Amino acid sequence: MVLKIVENLGVKYLKGTDEYKSKLEHELRKLKFPYKALAEDDYDARRKDHISHFILRLAYCQSEDLRRWFIQQEMDLFRYRFNELSDPLVQQFLEYVNLLYEPISKDVKKRLKDELFMSTPGLSAEKVEEQSFYKIPLQDAQDLIRVRRVLLNYGFALVPHQDMVVIILNNYRTKLSKALALTARSLPAVQSDERLQPLLNHLSHSYIGPDYSAQKNTGKISLEQIDALSVKSYPICMRQLHKALRENHHLRHGGRMQYGLFLKGIGLTLEQALEFWRSEFIRGKIDADKFDKGYAYSIRHNYGKEGKRTDYTPFSCMKIILSNPPSQGDYHGCPFRHSDPELLKQKLQSYKISSTGISQILELVKGMHYQLACQKYFELTHDVDDIGFPLNHPNQYFVESQKLLSGGRELKKEMSHPGSSQLKPTSQESINSSSATTTSNNEADTELEGLDEYFAED
Amino acid sequence: WAVTRGMEKGYFARREFSFTLRDDIYVRYQSFERPQDLEKELQKACPYKVDIGAVYSHRPSQHNTLRSGAFQAQEKELVFDVDMTDYDDVRGCCSSAEICSKCWTLMTIAIRILDRALVEDLGVQHRLWVYSGRRGVHCWVCDDTVRKWSSSLRSSIVDYLSLVKGGADTVKKVHLSDPVHPFISKSLRLVEEYFEQYALLGQDILGCRESWDKVLALVPEHILLPGSSCLSLRLGEGLAAVGACSSSSSKKLPSYTEQEIMLQFCFPRLDGNVSKGLNHLLKSPFSVHPKTGRISVPIDIQRLEQFDPFAVPTISSLCRELDEANDEDKDKENEEDPESRRRVRDYKRTSLAPYVRVFECFVEDMERARRGELLRRSDLQGDF
Repeated sequence: MVLKIVENLGVKYLKGTDEYKSKLEHELRKLKFPYKALAEDDYDARRKDHISHFILRLAYCQSEDLRRWFIQQEMDLFRYRFNELSDPLVQQFLEYVNLLYEPISKDVKKRLKDELFMSTPGLSAEKVEEQSFYKIPLQDAQDLIRVRRVLLNYGFALVPHQDMVVIILNNYRTKLSKALALTARSLPAVQSDERLQPLLNHLSHSYIGPDYSAQKNTGKISLEQIDALSVKSYPICMRQLHKALRENHHLRHGGRMQYGLFLKGIGLTLEQALEFWRSEFIRGKIDADKFDKGYAYSIRHNYGKEGKRTDYTPFSCMKIILSNPPSQGDYHGCPFRHSDPELLKQKLQSYKISSTGISQILELVKGMHYQLACQKYFELTHDVDDIGFPLNHPNQYFVESQKLLSGGRELKKEMSHPGSSQLKPTSQESINSSSATTTSNNEADTELEGLDEYFAED
Repeated sequence: WAVTRGMEKGYFARREFSFTLRDDIYVRYQSFERPQDLEKELQKACPYKVDIGAVYSHRPSQHNTLRSGAFQAQEKELVFDVDMTDYDDVRGCCSSAEICSKCWTLMTIAIRILDRALVEDLGVQHRLWVYSGRRGVHCWVCDDTVRKWSSSLRSSIVDYLSLVKGGADTVKKVHLSDPVHPFISKSLRLVEEYFEQYALLGQDILGCRESWDKVLALVPEHILLPGSSCLSLRLGEGLAAVGACSSSSSKKLPSYTEQEIMLQFCFPRLDGNVSKGLNHLLKSPFSVHPKTGRISVPIDIQRLEQFDPFAVPTISSLCRELDEANDEDKDKENEEDPESRRRVRDYKRTSLAPYVRVFECFVEDMERARRGELLRRSDLQGDF
């Protein structure tokens, strides 16, 4: 059941903010989760919703990254649900959470009509007439005040209904953040409780995505293929790194890590990797000797053959987007996140992406949906309408691309491997098709199905 | 003022003061149990400058005895600092610490714009504008609710109030686009009241090539006609004529160029750091400015146009006036009955009096408001 929520959140992560709202509603209905907020009738669904939220808090409170991800998903879900509320329900909700904001009276609104119109961009004059405006104390509307997108009137911000979600989301985020901090503190006590222990253990087991360090596909790629592969099957970040490497005969540390581990993930053996990097670096300013002494060591280190012999896993999209931003002279990172939009546009144009496609990508980038932008990039370069899976990892991109190009998409059921890197629900490449089928074939899932019984009790 | 509050116990004792002593020795975290203790210490130490800080969770003088993290700033007035030096790129008459009657208008404009925003937008009631003693003005906002504002809210307010962005390497510092927020349009109307007199006549920004080049630098290229021949304008038409040039160019793009220029020359430039931090210390009103000797006096905003920074008393002029008053006293000593002779407080016999009056009104307003609030609350509770 928890996994279903996880899948649910994963769907939301991808599509909810993309206005695939109907799809989300559909999914929620299937999973028997409340899709209409405050609907009194489906008690069981709401109970499930509540309980699962709190359990997830336990699972996700432990690290900064996890918390951030969890809060982001919850906020997306919240935003979706809130936007579905009708006006009277909004009032009811506000009372319920003690955010007692009053709407301004019609007279006041009439008097301030022009000022309201001039201070809320994105609101036409008709909308100003229709929508309610709420009187919000200044401290609750800081984000809007800071950018001067709200009218201030004698100590209150007059916020239109459609921006209220921002105010409430802020409030929600603050509360959830504090709650997670508290949860983390009480975690030790909780973990020792017998009833919860197996559940939590399963949670950490299930948030496992394929980490692409599995050696299944080693040796299948030859070095000669790489240039062609970089155009056909690399995600844009790796294509950029490869191009920079070919042009400059060098990459800095961040780039070497990101690209090097990716290459390992697509199946390059250590020997191949050494040859690859060496031959390229030698063309530049590095002589063979220097390479062997310095760079070769770190490549072997990446393969777990040096030092503490950890077999490093290729970076996931989250990791690339969130950590180690590139600076001048770097080529690593996620171009959708880290490149200046103008430069990104030029790059996409040079890759012969259509201008409609480019606009779509830039729109997604503007909305900070970097992985969705990459998915769009996949769709445009592979000439498909729907990528068919949520993109979380550059190696996943590569694998899927290769599959597509070699003819025939196999059902994604086959794709799930338990592995262990980030605690993220990456295991549901399954999502977009009916979620029902996916749960059955996965070993981890069958274990978890038993958990449904925890909740079927009483 | 810090005294006359009907505040909870210990409020004054948790207020931080700082002194600047001779030889530039700066001591922080001074706190006093009662106002009389502050007075005594002032007389003893004779600091050159007294700054007022926040009200903390504990007595500042004991902050070292607390474990880290326990000593927190809890409340402080919202303060603003507008400094003439920040306008050096747009004033031609003076630079850095100098001021003159021509550029002082900038402070007048700043006060009018900021004060309007404080009252009409932010709902502030109790604020005191103070001349800093040399080249700028401060504002102390003392409403009870405002004193509790978090640092992030103060920061948002500073952003809301800021329009002039960019440092030495930014030429064009103001950019406007549709829709224009009422804060900006109202501020613009205030600037327009002064612009012709201040900028075109006083500062003469179109008077010579060097100056008008600076103005032209703010005009986007697609509007500027080739060659600056359109710049032979009559002063009386001022910037409107530049506007005429721009509208005669073929592209009719919506342009706020004239407004942007006016704002860049006149809109208030705040020192954000002063306003954002809860623990920031600011010079106390009525202190003496070490470099000019002038007293930081409150400004009567009802008579804003008449304020003259050069007429503000200096410490030496005050001393002189006090001496003269004492001499008068000595003459009268023999004549009057000691009991009926009321010893008028010294400062009231000097030119400081009107400024003190402004201050007293300000404090009275606050007290009245507080009494009203207390009454209201006790009514609600049904106290008898």
